[in-house]
Order: sequence, then C-alpha cells, then structure tokens
Amino acid sequence: MAEPMGFYTDTTVCIGCKACEVACKEWNQLPSTNGGVNTMSGDSYDNTRRLDGIHWRHVKFIEQFSEDRTGGRWLLMSDVCKHCVQAGCLEVCPTGAIIRTEFDTVVIQSNTCNGCRDCIAACPFGVIDINPVSNTAQKCTLCYDRLQGGLEPACSKACPTKSIQFGTVKELRERAQRRVDQLHEAGEKRAYLYGADEKMLGGLNSFYLLVDKPETYGLPPDPKLPSRQLVPGTVATVLGAIMVGLAGIFSFRNRGSGEPAGATEDTPA
Amino acid sequence: MIDAPSSTWFTAAPHWQWYIILYFFLGGLAGGCYFLGTLIAIVGRAADMKLARLGFYIAFPLVLVCGFLLTIDLGRPERFWHMLIQRNTLLPMFKYWSPMSIGSWALAIFGLFTFISFVGALADEERRWPAFDRLGIPWERLRFTVPALLARMFEVTGGIFGLYVAGYTGVLLAVTNRPIWSDTPLLGMLFVVSAASTSAALMILIATRRGWSMPGLRSLHRMDAWVIMLEVLVLIGVVVSLGSVARAWLNAWGALLLVVMVFGLIVPLALSWRARGRHALDLTTASALVLAGGFLLRVVIVLSAESV
Repeated sequence: MAEPMGFYTDTTVCIGCKACEVACKEWNQLPSTNGGVNTMSGDSYDNTRRLDGIHWRHVKFIEQFSEDRTGGRWLLMSDVCKHCVQAGCLEVCPTGAIIRTEFDTVVIQSNTCNGCRDCIAACPFGVIDINPVSNTAQKCTLCYDRLQGGLEPACSKACPTKSIQFGTVKELRERAQRRVDQLHEAGEKRAYLYGADEKMLGGLNSFYLLVDKPETYGLPPDPKLPSRQLVPGTVATVLGAIMVGLAGIFSFRNRGSGEPAGATEDTPA
Repeated sequence: MIDAPSSTWFTAAPHWQWYIILYFFLGGLAGGCYFLGTLIAIVGRAADMKLARLGFYIAFPLVLVCGFLLTIDLGRPERFWHMLIQRNTLLPMFKYWSPMSIGSWALAIFGLFTFISFVGALADEERRWPAFDRLGIPWERLRFTVPALLARMFEVTGGIFGLYVAGYTGVLLAVTNRPIWSDTPLLGMLFVVSAASTSAALMILIATRRGWSMPGLRSLHRMDAWVIMLEVLVLIGVVVSLGSVARAWLNAWGALLLVVMVFGLIVPLALSWRARGRHALDLTTASALVLAGGFLLRVVIVLSAESV
C-alpha cells in the first residue's frame, strides 16, 4: 500500500471562494443543482447548503453576527468526506461497493452500489447522499483517478489560499501542528486540530484546523462507528425473542382446562 | 446545531420511507406468523393445526411482498442481487457485522422456509382451494413423505429465521449514526416483540372472521396479552434509554407515539381483559387496534428520525 494520503484543511485561511467546489464538480463531471436553475438559500451567502451526491465539496459559511450586526465574524470551512480510518459507511455497506484504496482513502464504486442508502445513515458526518443521475450513493473519492495518475486532487490544486492541502497524512499532521503552534503564539488560542489523531475514528485522513467548537461548524463533537450498537442491539433482540417464545409456550401449556397438551395430528412441514 | 443532544444530530437522512416502513411491518408479520405457526404445530392440540397452517399461509405471500418492497426501494432495483452475490467475483457477499447484509441472507433463507411450509400446509389440508388441486401435485402422497419430527425440526429452524427477520430490522436501524435509531439498543427488541403481538392479532382476526373456535385461539389470545404487556414495558424502556435524545419526540411524532401506546397497546389489552372468561371471544376490535398500532409504531420510529 502506498503512504496514506489525505487533506489538511486550515479553515483560518479559507476565503469562501468556492473554487474547490467548482474544481470538484468539473473534474468529477457532477451535474448542476436543479438542472442549472439558480437556487438561492435565502438566509445565507452560501447557496450550496450541504454535501450530497452531486456536491462532494461544500464550503460552509458560518455567519456569526449579533442581532444588530455591529460585531461578528465569518467562519469558512471547505467540508468534504473525512476518509475515516474506521469508516462507518464502509462498515455497513452490504454490497461491498465501498472500498478502502491503496491510498487509505474510502471510495464508493458506482458500478456496484445498488442505492440501499445504508451508508448515508451510517456516516457520522452526513457526507454521503444519492446522486440523482446514477441513483447510487456518491461522495468525494479524494480524486482516486487523479491519485492513480500521480496528480493531486482537483480541489486542493484549485485552492488559492492553501486552505486545502494535500499530502501524506503523516506529513500533513506535522504541518498542521506547526500551524496550530504558530496561531497560538500569535494569540489565536482557540486554534486546534479536529480528527488529526487516532482518537477520532482511528484518525480522519481529511482533518481540520478549527477555531471554534466542532458543533459550530456542523461537525459532531463525538463521532462514533455504527457497529457500537451491533452487540447490545443483537443481545437485546435475542432477549426479546426468548421472552416472546416463553410467553408462547407458557400460554399454550397453561390452558387452565386440565387437558394434556401436545399435538397428536401428524403434520408434515 | 450547537445544542444537539447527541453527535447523531450531525448526520444525513437515508430517505427510508414508506416502502421500508411497510417492509418492517409486513416482515414482522411474516416472521411472527411463521413462528406462531411453528409454536402451535408443536404445543397445540390436533384441533389447533388449522391455526398453525394459517401462520404458514400468511408468511409465504408476505415474504414475497417484502422482497418486492425492498427491491423497488433501491436506487438501482436491477442490482438487488448485489446484496447476496459479489458483482465482480460472483462469490457470496456476506458481512456478519452489517445487519443489512445478514438481513438480506436471512430474508432469502426464510423465504425458502416459508415456501416449503406453505406447500406442506397445503398438503396437509383436507380440502384445498380447487386451484391448488388443479396444479397436478400429488398432495396426498406429499403429506406422508416427511416424518413428523423432521417437519417440526424444519419449522423450528424456520421459526428462528422468522424471529430473526422480525427483529433484525431494529438492529439495522441501531447500527447507523442516525438520531433516535442509533441512540438506543432496544429497537430490535421492540420490533421482535411488536412483530409477535401484531402476528398473533392478525391470526386471531382472520380466525375470528372465519368463525373458527379451536382451543388454541384462546391460548393465542392469552399469549398476545402477555406480549402486549411486554411491548408496553419495552417501549417505555426505549424512551428511557434515549435519555435527552427523547426530546426529539416532543412534537407531533411523540403525540403519535402516545396514540400508539394508548390505542395500539393499552386499549386492546383492556378489551381482551374484558373479554376474558367469556365463552365466545370477540377480539376483532382489539386485534385491529394492535395491527394499526404496530404499523404506526414503525411509522413513528422511522419517520421521526428522518425529520430530525
């Protein structure tokens, strides 16, 4: 396997130009929203709104302003699939359409996916959705085709401020830590890395430098794997089935009529 | 989403809607009726065998409907077989840690069991629908080819698969990252218990409608009362185990859940308590309420999380 590859996104230098969104859409030939008819969100300068099957990059605009608009700030964050080392989508996919590549990234094979949508519910970050053209689940592939050709992903290539940086996860983590230290020295004490260590789902191969709580950016503070409920859920269900069985046996045995139980008729299956 | 009660609030809805709700309901009935058919075939009296066969008659057609519903719900229905066979290698596709993967296999295998038991029940019938007699199948010969012990063992295995199909759907919901679904481990338990109560209700309803009065009907009714009581407790358990997440039900969904609790569980329980001891059981209303409640329960569980 090649070295694990990923993205380090420094949200402090994102200017919200959405070049990454456009580059992603162009390279991956993703269709336009609503057949190309302009749709405005109406309550934000961000009109993409969310990641889905035809938006594999989404620059979030977090507009923190007071009621009277006298003070405030913009938080901008180019969101994308996190390519989790322990990926919930990959875990549940019943067709084997979701694979881990030689670059340690997570890719949905569109020719295998049958659109069951289990991965959409399993993703801790709400990244995946159905592409209405293919009717299969789709998301960022970390430009698997470009990586195989020795190119860097379209989004990081297009980013004019180096907010999105591509490289080996190991090197990106070191670079990101230096940036956090730099920001701390400069007085921005709120800066920290989200998902840059193994504690979060074994590590996010696409991780972030943030300056506010994860929730502010619409990121889960404590993302988990769907399989956490597998054993407790199964045990509880088996217990339920046993109780149903006991209720059945008890009800049919205890007729209160004093007659002996047991079938006498010979009934083949 | 600053005040989200759980990290599950940051996820996206999979758009599992009416086909899936209907599948959860009918799959529960198929599994539950087969299980009850098996139970009655083993511990029931000779006169109850008609009731056992009813369970098998219900299960098979419902499994067919379930397969159809699941297929048309897919984004790419023509690729339904990718659930069972790897597209590129044509080897079996099986992930024991993915409820949808095991569930697909369980439903397929359960389908075979329901088919064979359906045929077996027909063979065992004194009088069949003329259409089945015209098929040219030597029913009489079929009846005595399978030893009773083997038949019971077969049905017990099928019954276990039936309960599996009835319950795994709750585990499937739990093994995600969606609000409510993955915030409690008890949905599988709720679904399996609810499947048993709705299945008993359906069998009682049909038997009553057809004017049957075998002793097993009374036992089935007694069982249903026990299971409904159990379901009330499990439903309370679900709400308690959700903790602060339960506030997602402080809306119309919660009100509907309360309707399910009162009219789908407590009222039928009271009705059957009143009917207790009477010679002629009329449980039509109670059974219909249990069935409607079982359906609405799945509507609330599925759609309330979809709308978070």
